[in-house]
Amino acid sequence: MTPFTPSRRTLLTGALGLALSGTLSGCGAFGHGARVREWNLFGGGDGARLLQIHEKFVAEHPDIAFEAHTLAWGPPFYTKLAMSAAGGRAPEVATLHLSRLKGFSPTTMLDPIPLDQLTEAGITEQDFLPETWNRCLVDGRLYAVPLDQHPFVLYYNLEICKKAGLLGPDGRIKPVKGVDAFLEMLKAVKDTTGKFAASVETTNPWRLWWTLYGQLEGKFFDDSGSRLALDDAKALEALQLMAKLAADGLTPKSSDYPSLVAQFTNGDAGLSFNGEWEVTTYQTAKMPFSMAPFPVVYDVPKYAGDAHTFVLPHQAGRNKDDTAATITYIAWMLKHSADWAAGGHIPAYQPVVASPEYLNLKPQAEYRSVAPDVLYDPDAWFSGSGAQLQNEAGAAFAGVFSGRTTPRQALDQFKAATQKLLDTPSPV
Amino acid sequence: MAVQTPTRTSTTEARHAQEPPRNGPPWIEKWGGLFFVAPFGVLFAFFLLWPTVAGLWNSFFNTSLAGVKQEFLGLQNWREMFGDPAVWDSLKNTLVFTAMSTPPLVIIALVMALLANRKGLLGWLLRFSYFAPFVLPATVVTLIWVWIYQPGFGLVNGLLTAGGFAEIDWLNDENRAMLAVVITTVWWTVGFNFLLYLAALQGIPEQVYEAASIDGANGRQKLFRITLPLMSRTTGLIIVLQLVASLKIFDQIYLMTDGGPNYATRPIIQYIYESGFTSYRIGYASAISYLFFAIIVIVAVAQFKLFSGKKEAV
Repeated sequence: MTPFTPSRRTLLTGALGLALSGTLSGCGAFGHGARVREWNLFGGGDGARLLQIHEKFVAEHPDIAFEAHTLAWGPPFYTKLAMSAAGGRAPEVATLHLSRLKGFSPTTMLDPIPLDQLTEAGITEQDFLPETWNRCLVDGRLYAVPLDQHPFVLYYNLEICKKAGLLGPDGRIKPVKGVDAFLEMLKAVKDTTGKFAASVETTNPWRLWWTLYGQLEGKFFDDSGSRLALDDAKALEALQLMAKLAADGLTPKSSDYPSLVAQFTNGDAGLSFNGEWEVTTYQTAKMPFSMAPFPVVYDVPKYAGDAHTFVLPHQAGRNKDDTAATITYIAWMLKHSADWAAGGHIPAYQPVVASPEYLNLKPQAEYRSVAPDVLYDPDAWFSGSGAQLQNEAGAAFAGVFSGRTTPRQALDQFKAATQKLLDTPSPV
Repeated sequence: MAVQTPTRTSTTEARHAQEPPRNGPPWIEKWGGLFFVAPFGVLFAFFLLWPTVAGLWNSFFNTSLAGVKQEFLGLQNWREMFGDPAVWDSLKNTLVFTAMSTPPLVIIALVMALLANRKGLLGWLLRFSYFAPFVLPATVVTLIWVWIYQPGFGLVNGLLTAGGFAEIDWLNDENRAMLAVVITTVWWTVGFNFLLYLAALQGIPEQVYEAASIDGANGRQKLFRITLPLMSRTTGLIIVLQLVASLKIFDQIYLMTDGGPNYATRPIIQYIYESGFTSYRIGYASAISYLFFAIIVIVAVAQFKLFSGKKEAV
């Protein structure tokens, strides 16, 4: 089947050759063999894009021995990263969701970012939105450098929405505001598709609920940050809206993540409520679609989201040359984040956000205005992308869509689960 | 076999007596064997004994994967565990899975072995197809079955709708998800028990059946009076192995439902993994592991008692 099967000897010779070339090329700006090993969690379309960007980086930096590894998203990635950092033998740099920074025990499992070296590489605080930058500080020290932000957005099928009369003269979807307008828009889409209005991940509707609850200005913890302060009325309002969407057939009653993608791709749904990272998937499928900020259904514009950052996982003996090369890598990635933005994420590095290269990206630049209103997950060791709190929300709220549980029951279950997590002694 | 063993031993002894005394100090004669088991012994102590002791030790501390300074907690982890409904719910899921999966895995294996115990192409084909799924890794098996169970385009739901039934969202229905995992597990692992049964079947001497035929026994009588009783020790072995394997359920559930929907399928090992690794609470996870360890020991001892009692009866 394979045209060329390498024998053991060719492999060994090849490995030797690689090792030699590594030694020979390792005498550039960073001393002998500066090494950057990067661990990331991008397994989807953005992962393929990252590979291309990395190839470019490697081509421009022959003096750095660069190695990237992609691990399974979520708990497997964070578990492995935590174990490597706990053992002090972590890679030089890794990606981390900003929402998980405080839960990742930065003081023991991360090394602070050397600010002077970062400045030297041309990256300063002024290059970021203050909301994002301040989240990267723990006890006044910088532990993460933000790469992007990824909010919950609205995808819309251009043909279906045109038929439903939802597009404005500029070909963009007309923004709606308020619950009634939102429901009317969905109804118009449902009448056009004959199936659903929007595809949602009902098996874990955390992002939708957190967006709606945030738009109602609901709080999660009280000011001390350690007591649950959920506003029952607002939480129920959001859950009831979700129940109504499913009951009226505007969204499916049961749909996991792959189904969410499939339903939007095959036209069963004319809209999709999801994070912006599926843009490559739909472009590859040659779909007529565009994207917009998620509608402001309630009082204020808030959009559940998170940010990918670069961190330096703790190493027992951090090598100066390697760290310098790592900072070079981080700075280079930020300056080239327009390529990264093509995958949907809004760059965190503001000079790129203002660049024509990014602004010309359609539809990726259509929702860039939401960046200051990205709503991060609550601050707690059990919270953040793929962490326990999101799982508890998924377990409790999925039943609201399927009709298995009432909003009240779901909220009680979620509150009890959160309280249990709060009562658990923090391991960090 | 039982007749041959003493003869062989005596020959060895006899040869040993004839040999001239070896050179070297006597302690080598006596303890030299230790050198041969030492490599295994070291690995065993390092990777099995030590973690077992360390686990018990950790269960009394708030040991954290995050490397935060650890403090002695006494029995606090244990108290928390007994009051933690997630421990009992996940333990219940593990036991339910074991109860649901063990009987079919034993009975279907037996039936398959009886069917495949024949010569010729058909026998070969059956043996091959019954055992084939077992060689697949868990990831491949679950990937296939997640597609088979998919509503809308999956094989199972396709058959259901073709037969005029309603679709079932197997993996997202709290009442069906465990059954779905059990079906997958049976398909995947029944081949191993099948192989043990097949070997046992082929170990029954042909003369016994010949004698029974001469005495006028029919097929049914041969099955229930000869085949099954002669395989009772194999059955005992299969049940023990299967109970232990089923109690260790983790891979399929983690990959197919991730313990969902609403934790309806989360087994105790997944909860241990989540507490210890994703939540960094090694100390607490160690305490739960010890609870589970105790349960496995109880099951194994009970099974051993039953098993050895049966042996005397036979």
